[in-house]
Amino acid sequence: MGSKLLKYILKRFILMIVTIWLIITITFFVMQATPGGPFNSEKAISEEQMAAMEAKFGLDKPLMQQYGIYLLNVVQLEFGSSIKMRGRTVIEIIGDGFKTSGKIGLIAAVLAIVSGVFFGALAAVNRGRWGDKIIQVLSTAFVATPSFIISTILLLIFCVQWQVFPANGQTAAGLILPIFTLSLYPMAYITRLERSSLLDVLGQDYIRTARAKGVSKKKVLFKHALKNALIPVITYAGPMVAYIVTGSLVVEKIFGVAGLGDKLINGITARDYPVIMGLTIFLAVLIVVATFICDMLYKVVDPRIEFK
Amino acid sequence: MSILEVRDLHTSFFTKAGEVKAVNGVSFDVDRGKVLGIVGESGSGKSVTAYSILQILTYPGKIVSGSVKLHGEELVGCSEDTIRKVRGNRISIIFQDPMTSLNPVYTVGNQLMEAIMLHTDRDKDEAFDRAVEMLDLVGINEPHKRVKQYPYELSGGMRQRVMIAMALACEPDILIADEPTTALDVTIQAQILELMQKLQRELGMAIIMITHDLGVIASMCDDVIVMYAGKVCEKGTADDIFYSPKHEYTKGLIKSIPYGSKKKGKLIPIAGSPVDVLNLPSGCAFSPRCNCAMKVCLDTPPIRNNFSPTHYASCWQSTYEAIKKGDVTLEQVQEELNSEECRQADSPFEGGEADE
Ligand SMILES: Nc1ncnc2c1ncn2[C@@H]1O[C@H](COP(=O)(O)OP(=O)(O)O)[C@@H](O)[C@H]1O
Ligand SMILES: [Mg+2]
Repeated sequence: MGSKLLKYILKRFILMIVTIWLIITITFFVMQATPGGPFNSEKAISEEQMAAMEAKFGLDKPLMQQYGIYLLNVVQLEFGSSIKMRGRTVIEIIGDGFKTSGKIGLIAAVLAIVSGVFFGALAAVNRGRWGDKIIQVLSTAFVATPSFIISTILLLIFCVQWQVFPANGQTAAGLILPIFTLSLYPMAYITRLERSSLLDVLGQDYIRTARAKGVSKKKVLFKHALKNALIPVITYAGPMVAYIVTGSLVVEKIFGVAGLGDKLINGITARDYPVIMGLTIFLAVLIVVATFICDMLYKVVDPRIEFK
Repeated sequence: MSILEVRDLHTSFFTKAGEVKAVNGVSFDVDRGKVLGIVGESGSGKSVTAYSILQILTYPGKIVSGSVKLHGEELVGCSEDTIRKVRGNRISIIFQDPMTSLNPVYTVGNQLMEAIMLHTDRDKDEAFDRAVEMLDLVGINEPHKRVKQYPYELSGGMRQRVMIAMALACEPDILIADEPTTALDVTIQAQILELMQKLQRELGMAIIMITHDLGVIASMCDDVIVMYAGKVCEKGTADDIFYSPKHEYTKGLIKSIPYGSKKKGKLIPIAGSPVDVLNLPSGCAFSPRCNCAMKVCLDTPPIRNNFSPTHYASCWQSTYEAIKKGDVTLEQVQEELNSEECRQADSPFEGGEADE
């Protein structure tokens, strides 16, 4: 059992490394294939100056050599410095953005899971009654509405109309709306998931067994049903992290939060290769690691999962 | 001496398509240490009868009327606390499908200990010891190892043994076995039945054995009730049922046992399809499939004919034979019919007891 688990973890770990390598490679070559370079927009620049600049950042070397150098650097966690923001390393920029984005993302994820499970369970237990119907209508609506529309509506209502929150996400109060917007879709999704899975579980034979043993209604729900109903939610946790990571790019832009999304979009418009590469790799690693952790968690809840 | 008395039990499912009268006036007693068999084809209301006793029906099922008394204490309409102290403690149940009856995310020991700690004041360690002891009792090898395993690590037969261990852990007065072997392989079936008989002898509890396998009835049961469309159509001792069946449905069941075959007498369905409980015929529910159906069978529910203190059947054919033999007169039947109608008119919603 123990060695099986270790083997599985090792296998998953290797798979993770391969995935990350693929992402690095694809990002690198896509970046190279895109026309234009970081110094194109600077008008008064002579051919010589351009060549000098390119030589300074190693952009004049053959492609495969550039790739090899880059890979070597990444392995040493050396992402270089920003081309546009002089004197700042990519690591610094990521750390700076992650302070805000990490906070938003983590709170949004916890909020989504806790309230999603709560509302889903509430709806399932009250199946067919008003509470259930309201929860179903709202969760369906929020699953179907893109986050940029929700952000805009919330911005209009709370920041422009009522002015309860600042429209600029630099302060703590300004982070409330972005967090809420970001968690709305996964919350609604988990609500629907938890409702249907709990309804399914409540109809299972082992629930009848528990009742027939004399277990109280409360304990049947909290001990016997809920743990089983959580399994699909854990499966969704991986994709949810991916959603929150990518979704935060849009949401941060709309609410003016100076987070990773802001840095990435600025990097892309400026053709700041090191920043784009560093951030892409960081976000990819984040998603891959989160998926890895979810898989491990899955086993903790469901003993039937076999490691293969 | 009866420990459980079920009287005129009516249980219905209130579905969108209408009221499904799954149990429609069932009465029986369970005696201390005896085995009562309930036989009937699929859909005749056997499981719903069992679930009604323990009140573990699921929505939209409800006990409409009737009485279930355990040691004289009324359970229908009792508090949640009262019935919870009965479940798993004084009346236990095991189900048809052991593959799905245990919670997949808890160990066997956890589920056993839960039942034990609910109904006794044993602490965790004592409950653990008891769990191991019970697993040993039901013939599971290496109980110390098994107790820490999850259900998916056990075979179907083993899981049914675990269910039996769980049901018997608190030494119930009555064990309800709802087709406990139907989902198992033939060889495992025999082992489980043997185990149940052995435990019944050792522990002395009463068993309600629900089955559609007449072989099981013949080998285990003292008394038998035959159910059809939510009603008891015949009741008697095992000998009564096998050697002098009176109801046409019972006769059909017994005739359908394949003679001379090495296999146990599995029920071969009688011609025609089981009754549609949403649209019960006005007369005898079996009449559309009965070879001997008379005009009266189609439009008047049969009255009960008592053949001995232990044996009765509700079948017009047997009434007809009794009249022919001169055991009863036409007037008596008429009278009975009138009183039967009166009883049916006011009893279902009174929750009253059937006049025996
Ligand atoms: N949840 C339910 N909803 C509607 N009808 C049901 C439900 N459960 C059982 N019934 C009906 O009750 C009748 C008796 O079922 P059951 O007691 O399970 O039969 P069996 O004798 O095979 O155990 C069947 O006709 C079935 O259609
Ligand atoms: Mg059944």
